[in-house]
Amino acid sequence: MSIASTQQKGFWAILWDYLTTVDHKKLGNMYIAAGAFFFVLGGIEALVIRIQLAKPENDFISAGLYNEMITMHGTTMIFFAAMPILIGFMNAIMPLQIGARDVAFPFLNSLGFWLFLFGGIMLNLSWFLGGAPDAGWTAYAPLSIQSPGHGMDFYILGLQLSGAGTLMGGINFLVTIVTMRAPGMTYMRMPLFTWTTFVASILILFAFPALTVGLFLLMFDRLFGSAFFDVALGGNSVIWQHLFWIFGHPEVYILILPAFGIFSEIIPVFSRKRLFGYTSMVFATFLIAFLGFMVWAHHMFAVGLGPTANAIFAVGTMAIAVPTGIKIFNWLATLWGGSITINSAMLWSLGFIPSFTIGGMTGVMLGATTADYQYHDTYFVIAHFHYVIVGGVVFGILAGLHYWWPKLFGKVLNEAMGKIAFWFFFIGFHLTFFIQHFLGLMGMPRRYWVFLEGQGLDTGNMISTVGAFLMGIGSLVFIINVVYTTVKGEKAGNDPWGDGRSLEWSISSPPKEYNFKQLPLVRGLDPYWIEKMEGNKKMTPAQPVNDIHMPNGSILPLIMTIGFFIASFGFIYQVDNNLWLIALFGGMAIALGSMLARSLVDDYGYHIHKEDLEKEVD
Amino acid sequence: MSQEHTLDPNNLPKDPAKSTLEGKHKFLGLWFFLGGETVLFSCFFATYLALKNSTAGGPTSQDLFGLELVFIMTILLLTSSLTSVYAIYHMKNYDFKKMQLWFGITALLGLAFLGFEIYEFYHYITDYGFTFRSSAFGSAFYTLVGFHGGHVVFGLSWLIALMVRNARRGITLKNASKFNTFSLYWHFIDVVWVFIFTVVYLMGMVS
Repeated sequence: MSIASTQQKGFWAILWDYLTTVDHKKLGNMYIAAGAFFFVLGGIEALVIRIQLAKPENDFISAGLYNEMITMHGTTMIFFAAMPILIGFMNAIMPLQIGARDVAFPFLNSLGFWLFLFGGIMLNLSWFLGGAPDAGWTAYAPLSIQSPGHGMDFYILGLQLSGAGTLMGGINFLVTIVTMRAPGMTYMRMPLFTWTTFVASILILFAFPALTVGLFLLMFDRLFGSAFFDVALGGNSVIWQHLFWIFGHPEVYILILPAFGIFSEIIPVFSRKRLFGYTSMVFATFLIAFLGFMVWAHHMFAVGLGPTANAIFAVGTMAIAVPTGIKIFNWLATLWGGSITINSAMLWSLGFIPSFTIGGMTGVMLGATTADYQYHDTYFVIAHFHYVIVGGVVFGILAGLHYWWPKLFGKVLNEAMGKIAFWFFFIGFHLTFFIQHFLGLMGMPRRYWVFLEGQGLDTGNMISTVGAFLMGIGSLVFIINVVYTTVKGEKAGNDPWGDGRSLEWSISSPPKEYNFKQLPLVRGLDPYWIEKMEGNKKMTPAQPVNDIHMPNGSILPLIMTIGFFIASFGFIYQVDNNLWLIALFGGMAIALGSMLARSLVDDYGYHIHKEDLEKEVD
Repeated sequence: MSQEHTLDPNNLPKDPAKSTLEGKHKFLGLWFFLGGETVLFSCFFATYLALKNSTAGGPTSQDLFGLELVFIMTILLLTSSLTSVYAIYHMKNYDFKKMQLWFGITALLGLAFLGFEIYEFYHYITDYGFTFRSSAFGSAFYTLVGFHGGHVVFGLSWLIALMVRNARRGITLKNASKFNTFSLYWHFIDVVWVFIFTVVYLMGMVS
């Protein structure tokens, strides 16, 4: 529907529309909005941690609360902020880039979103229901088995719910890219963001089941009395570490590859040059993904797997620097000799290159097994992974938000505020984390609630805290920018940057619900750029205007999710009182009942008719 | 993409399961899903292998397992995979009655398998006191074999729902892909069982 008809709807109609939508663009926006909300939560938790560590032997929060803060900060940021925002981009942008009208499974897409959202709500409800999880985001057994209260149970079930949603998203994107590319959009003409979505989806598909299994074992041990990690009954807690990191290491590539994809879109557009080394970029993406599955034990060097295992995993780890280096040089070569525009999106991309390279370098240092015994569990590790995750993923997300904001919401973000936010965040980021390398080398251990005075750690920690607040100010400016733009921003045209290269810029901002009135004919890499170079204003259509088949909206995904949500409470509290089994079985009945309903009732969707399409302006 | 959902008898597509875009999506999507399931079961197998000798003084695999029962179960499940192939063969020939017949036999074989599995668990628990909680081996055994059993239960519910729902409608392009994805899923369950038979039971008898 057009924007005009949306505005005439009442609040409840709009709410209903969003609760039942299966439109990939709306779901993408919902992912980004929910992810941003969790990002703010995780950010507040980070500031609390930094306040506690601002001075020696601080008593701002108690030791127990500190453990809850670090656990929730890590879990929230990884699973409920970074990943959903990236999945939001994948949802909103990837189908546009391949010239598709929707994703392959619109219903599943909506189910995936609701599972993620309720997983996040579940995890955060633990704050109000007797205490948050406190065994670290890695939830190592046996600590996570012995953690009192129900905090860890909320962690387990919250991640189980959202993990199922993510897996559905991954399968959905894979099928979409394989089957729904527009005529002429061969694999080697796909934009890099689509490629990285594809590869990250493969990683999701093969990595998340390992987490699912790990969480099941943890859940069975905590809630049903099994003995996987109970040494007295022959259990083995190292199994958890293996399962967690078999998931956990590919997870960091699930995060960083889409961010690489975003930079690979932005840098060519604002350099007015095609991406240097497109083929090698695709190859490097696959190589990183492949190697990413081979290196999980580098998180476990200090466990005692033996020198042979450690050596193999060390070599694998260092090998990842090669394809990553290929990418860095390709971006630099794209910039080389380009006609460069520096705006907010480009600033984040340019800031990313040195920041991420520092993180990659410390990664190779950590990969050296013998040296790792010195770095292990110190602030050096904290500094390393914040350089790659903030310097890579968060910069990527912010670059992507500036770049695609007009496509998502029809308005260009304010440039001045964008630059102010960047400089606050960028300087704050380096202040916070650069010093932590040295704190770590001086022996400051991670996860400790306090440090002692007079050990040379005071100044460094103070600097780090100041930096964290600068990052907070940067984020705040960005949020103000979003509000300001939404209220006052000017409407953007199809191609607000003027130099858009991929298909999403050839259609209106935001796109119509059916995206492409006629599927475009793709004639090469950067298809829209090719048409513009030949003097065309639009893509050449590959088909005449015809009826468009659309999927029906449905409330079932939400009901299904609520069923699983209720059942999760049943799982958690049946330990205390058998009456909670009613919630368990009742919730499952709702969920499985709505699955059955979905299966039994045929849903043929509807058609937007040719006559109506011809009336719409492009 | 407009699709005809009723079949024109004069112009039947060669493979009704993959003749619509939706059917192609489901086919490919299920294959990807099975890829993820493979990782899921691999992790359960790895856990089982790590813990299979951790009996904590309780019954060991040699004490428990008897090959007769497991042999019958294996035959039942392997045969059910074969009968589902026959069913899909008849689906591609648009012979609805024969498809339902062979799927019916598949369901009966699956139910029989499930019956034996429940008996097996019951036997271990009552005769040996070997439970989910008695040792790490017990936890790993019941989790691995139980997850497989859970997949069988889900598959049977899926099949029965499909058969009942479509009993009067015959084969359409809408439900052909559903029957086809079910049969893929069913073959996967069968393959997992082959590994369980080898890794859990055969290796459990010899070592």
